Amino acid sequence: MNTTTKLRPGGTASDDSLNGSPVEHRAVGSRDDAWFDRFNVLFVLFVVLVIGYPLWFVVIASISDPHAVETGKVWLWPVDVTLDGYRRVFGQAAIWIGYRNSIVYTLVGVAVHLGLILPCAYALSRKHMAGRTGVTWYILFTMLFSGGIIPTYLLIKDLALLDTMWAVILPGAAGAWSILVARAFFTQTVPEEIGEAAKVDGANDVQTFFRIALPLSAPIIVTLALFHGVGLWNEYFKALIYLSDRDKFPLQLILRELLVVSEDPSVGGGGGGDAGSIVEQVRLASLIKYAVMIVASLPLLIIYPFLQRFFTQGVLIGSVKG
Amino acid sequence: MSSASPSATRTSTASPPADQPAASFPQPSRRRRLRRRVVASWQLYLLAAPALIFFLIFNYVPMYGVQIAFKDFIASKGIAGSPWTGFENFERFFGSFYFWRLLKNTLVLSVYQMLLFPLPIILALALNELKSRFFKRFTQTLTYAPHFVSTVVVVGMLFAFLDPNTGLLNHLLGLVGLDPIQFMQDPAWFRHLYVWSGVWQSLGWSTIIYLAALAGVNPELHQAAEVDGANRLQRIRHVNIPAIMPTVVILFILDFGSFMSVGFEKVLLMTNTLNAETADVIQTFVYETGLIQGQYSYAAAVGLFDSVINIILLITVNQLARKFSENSLW
Repeated sequence: MNTTTKLRPGGTASDDSLNGSPVEHRAVGSRDDAWFDRFNVLFVLFVVLVIGYPLWFVVIASISDPHAVETGKVWLWPVDVTLDGYRRVFGQAAIWIGYRNSIVYTLVGVAVHLGLILPCAYALSRKHMAGRTGVTWYILFTMLFSGGIIPTYLLIKDLALLDTMWAVILPGAAGAWSILVARAFFTQTVPEEIGEAAKVDGANDVQTFFRIALPLSAPIIVTLALFHGVGLWNEYFKALIYLSDRDKFPLQLILRELLVVSEDPSVGGGGGGDAGSIVEQVRLASLIKYAVMIVASLPLLIIYPFLQRFFTQGVLIGSVKG
Repeated sequence: MSSASPSATRTSTASPPADQPAASFPQPSRRRRLRRRVVASWQLYLLAAPALIFFLIFNYVPMYGVQIAFKDFIASKGIAGSPWTGFENFERFFGSFYFWRLLKNTLVLSVYQMLLFPLPIILALALNELKSRFFKRFTQTLTYAPHFVSTVVVVGMLFAFLDPNTGLLNHLLGLVGLDPIQFMQDPAWFRHLYVWSGVWQSLGWSTIIYLAALAGVNPELHQAAEVDGANRLQRIRHVNIPAIMPTVVILFILDFGSFMSVGFEKVLLMTNTLNAETADVIQTFVYETGLIQGQYSYAAAVGLFDSVINIILLITVNQLARKFSENSLW
């Protein structure tokens, strides 16, 4: 983990050198620099506004009167505050079912992901694994080439996984990137000597993994779980092509009907439904669309600032070693 | 990583400390030695087995299934039993009237996206110069947020904001006296909407790697530059930018890895009959013909064409990078 802590953004190495500099500035230079700072702060503020405003707007629109939103009265602050949108969202059985399904798919999917990735990454991090370079290439090759949508679809069909939650969870449950990241972690955290010491004490490789490596892996478990979990929570495409039973739809697929299909019946081509239900959906969507965006995104938006460290770590180990 | 060819697998399997194939060493005995050592580490293989079997089923079986691109797939006969048709599916695709349109749409979208590659670098350089740590952290946290918003919600926001009657943006246009625009239906707007909503979503997140690289810049370089009378802009230009250049090159190459597949899950959500002229890309076509119309072989051929171009691009760009900048993936 040493390299990653050193690399973490927010490190102030360069800031310090800029502030507490012992060097006397020439007058011209420092005036330039003051202008630079002003311009720079303005630029960053501009970025903050452009990225932040759409998020802010969704928040205020979700608690404003829908009519005020649609007639353009809502700009900076909520107008005629009401929680009606949220009440309607939670009154929708489909959304509750979608929520439940998404939670189940995410939790089970993360468990499968960890169960596949961790032992394999540990094995690959051991120098005494004979032929591990070959095995690594076997895994890396899947990054370079893939069968594509159609052969994968036929596989899922042949395995009789269509319309089961496994069709959403299994494809992509293990990825080369995750294995590389976890392998880098084990190489650093569980040095070869620890394994050898355990061997002297009579532990075999499997025992060493479960008793020594696994208890040390909390940081990598959190990182992998977060990346994979976010991906599963936000996934809609696999559910779109593999699931047909509405009771199995994850939240994102329900959202797609409310936010996208209702806006234009021709979108996406897939979704059925008679004309009457579409009209009904359009009416409903106009009342709840902003509330539903918040409800769907809130779990992640609330947790990520607290876990930001693990996310950035994941990006960094992945990039350094990849 | 040393080289990507299948031969690499052979030489490296035999590797660990083993010195390069001494000509005097007969092959079989080396192979037998390797086998013995593999057997000796069977417990590690036991740990790796679930993932290795997983890759076999979910990655390598579909690769085997790609052969239906050269066949006329008949479900009852299975992949192996369906009759071969050679390059028929490919010829049909290349000869079709929509081939050039799909190719152009895919390429234009990818190139457009790639041209905006410098944006996160600029933001990272700017964030790195901020003096207020609080402001910097606040900006980071806020700009990362859209990364966690799902594609469906982002496209839903586009529909909501850009609605000709009720959308925020068209109200704004109304205030300045302009007529509402049918953004989501207009082929002329599709690419801008697709690319810039992508920038909104990924700009902050993409700065993470660059900020890390910038934090690793040796402060002595900055002090030295300061002594030489360099101002802030000059120090960014001559110290920071060269320092993050290796990272930039690697990420640029990696971007080519998904060049031809564009974010097609998002395109699919944004496509409708009205904007199809610019929004139809190769991957959405694969989805439509394969999974909606059931022309498995034809769609698989189109998909294969796409991934082959992708691999060629990745390898070419990597070779170029290796030649001109000393930074490359392998």
